[in-house]
Amino acid sequence: MITENHNYLDMDLLRFTTAGSVDDGKSTLIGRLLYDSKSIFEDQYEAVRESSEKRGEEYVNLALLTDGLRAEREQGITIDVAYRYFATPKRKFIIADTPGHIQYTRNMVTGASTANATIILVDSRKGIIEQTMRHAYIASLLRIPHLIVCVNKMDLVSFSEAVFDDIRKKFEALAVSLNIRDVNFIPISALLGDNIVERSTHMDWYNGPTLLYLLENLHITNDENLADARFPVQLVIRPMRNEYHDYRGYAGRISGGIFSVGDAITVLPSGLTSRIKAIEKGGAEVETAYAGESITLLTENDLDISRGDMIVKSATPSRLSQELDVMVCWLSETPLKLNGKYSIRHTTREVRGIVKEISHRININTLEKENEVEGLGLNDIGKISIRTTSPLAADSYLRNRNTGSLILIDESTHVTVGAGMIL
Amino acid sequence: MKAHSFKHLDELESESIYVLREVAAQFERPALLFSGGKDSIVCFHLARKAFFPARVPFPLVHIDTGHNFRETLDFRDDLAKKYGVQLVVGHVQESIDSGTAIEEKGVHASRNALQTITLLETIEKHRFDCCIGGARRDEEKARAKERFFSHRDEFGQWDPKNQRPELWNLFNGKKNVGEHFRVFPISNWTEMDVWQYILKEKIEIPSLYFSHTRQCFLRSGAWYAFNPFMTLKPTEKPVEKVVRFRTIGDMTCTGAVESGAKSLEEIIQEVAATRVTERGTRMDDKRSEAAMEDRKKAGYF
Repeated sequence: MITENHNYLDMDLLRFTTAGSVDDGKSTLIGRLLYDSKSIFEDQYEAVRESSEKRGEEYVNLALLTDGLRAEREQGITIDVAYRYFATPKRKFIIADTPGHIQYTRNMVTGASTANATIILVDSRKGIIEQTMRHAYIASLLRIPHLIVCVNKMDLVSFSEAVFDDIRKKFEALAVSLNIRDVNFIPISALLGDNIVERSTHMDWYNGPTLLYLLENLHITNDENLADARFPVQLVIRPMRNEYHDYRGYAGRISGGIFSVGDAITVLPSGLTSRIKAIEKGGAEVETAYAGESITLLTENDLDISRGDMIVKSATPSRLSQELDVMVCWLSETPLKLNGKYSIRHTTREVRGIVKEISHRININTLEKENEVEGLGLNDIGKISIRTTSPLAADSYLRNRNTGSLILIDESTHVTVGAGMIL
Repeated sequence: MKAHSFKHLDELESESIYVLREVAAQFERPALLFSGGKDSIVCFHLARKAFFPARVPFPLVHIDTGHNFRETLDFRDDLAKKYGVQLVVGHVQESIDSGTAIEEKGVHASRNALQTITLLETIEKHRFDCCIGGARRDEEKARAKERFFSHRDEFGQWDPKNQRPELWNLFNGKKNVGEHFRVFPISNWTEMDVWQYILKEKIEIPSLYFSHTRQCFLRSGAWYAFNPFMTLKPTEKPVEKVVRFRTIGDMTCTGAVESGAKSLEEIIQEVAATRVTERGTRMDDKRSEAAMEDRKKAGYF
């Protein structure tokens, strides 16, 4: 038992999204993963079984496990991102289950923004359709490092290798233009459980891993940018107590790279420099801290640093800029307008910005650029130029998903209206 | 370069601390909703780490139905004293006395739903603009749809179909006058994560979580503590049982499980083997298929 606990403490964490169209078996797939990894409890299963029966459905509808809202169950659709959790002895998994309809692009973007991997489901009978490409495009736009294409319902095409190969070739041809690093293909039957947790006995021609094995073994430690050290300051900790009279710590979560005691640092945008005197984590001192860790930094000399400042290693500064080219996904029914003014949140910094140019809109089905557009509507994706009131210490989204992303906030309703990726 | 493997409890801890610090930075009058249960205890522990060596910069708020276990209340008071943190208690009894809440009748009467009224009154009275809660997405299907930063309108209501998109780790806590936020730092933790973390960090928890002998009676498949706030049906008889609580609410809605688990290690072993969800003993969730969604929309925790 002690070893089991020890293993649990050693597990790492994989966040993935699932994308698919209506009726391609996404909920069944998730149900399968949860059920076969023994993450569904008896009372949950019983409640779903009872509901299915009440609704006069023939089989136990595993979609009811993920569709948590009354309206979702009534309409039989997924409206919002639902988060599901399961763990194997190797890893803990967080699934962001996102609806696939075109009108819910914004939810897909939301789920994809924090994911390490995405599963795209393809119906073996239908092959690659517009929605498949839309999901792949969003995954590439959001720079999800790993893509898993599950060709589902293989049982309905007699487990044919030729069908699978054909879909794979077509997808690979399209993926070239999308610049996706790591793509895996798996032939599955979510309904029968083939190649999900257990290896299929119907497809001897397939030598690759099962879906769960792949999820457990995806190499994710290299996905973080460990080269460019970035530390956006969340707040300044000043205890105001005698024993810590001169204590001044900068609290935040490392957004990239590695910081060690003694490192020469620069504060942006002020340009002030110092060295790291100490790094504290939960009250204990550490020598080195990595991307993803919440820490408190102490510097050798007292500097004027406050929330919204970015501490970087002097050797690898970020660029300071007031003019940004951004790929934006619009999330609001009120369109983005040329010369519109918005609040912009980038890391912990907040500035105002004005939209100076809308260069083009991406036709999400053909992936072609549409020029001469006047605005961007709900679920539109396009390239814009923004000018901000004060400079941002920005990286390109390509280099760092944390310091290359921003959101646009409507100044009167305070609602988040745009998701931006800096070019 | 040495490849570093980021352990998942470490990553969850860092995420939660980041969220708690965002609360302190973005809100003027935040508070931590503290029930005396393990999830809110873990939230408080995370808050201590987040702001160390400074004190936790917000008060604890407890909504007391008047039907709580003595052990929970003692634990709450001791914790507040030990760490020198302000404790605000909202009493459901006061809402009943002033006529804003009406007591339920019958053998299944519970003050669970009335807590929402007292909670919203407490938020208004103290002008809290953000309440931090220990709810987790794995607990319940409506909670699976929650954001980290969850917006509430001027009536304290949740609108699940029209939630703000939450992208990357960019949390938007902007609001209009009279509106407030609920923030859930341990959204991504599971029951198992919480127990493992309590073990790893050696966090103190109320004795109710460990196996003990208690007078109980059986109702709807769960053992309830024999207590002065529940009326027994003629068929229900108190018997002595060896039990522990997996989740702690008030006495009228929290059932115990039969268990001999006396240590954290034994609890973890039990949680790993169990085939029933944590809230399976919560009568408050079982009133209808959407019991939690309905309560949350009205402003529940």
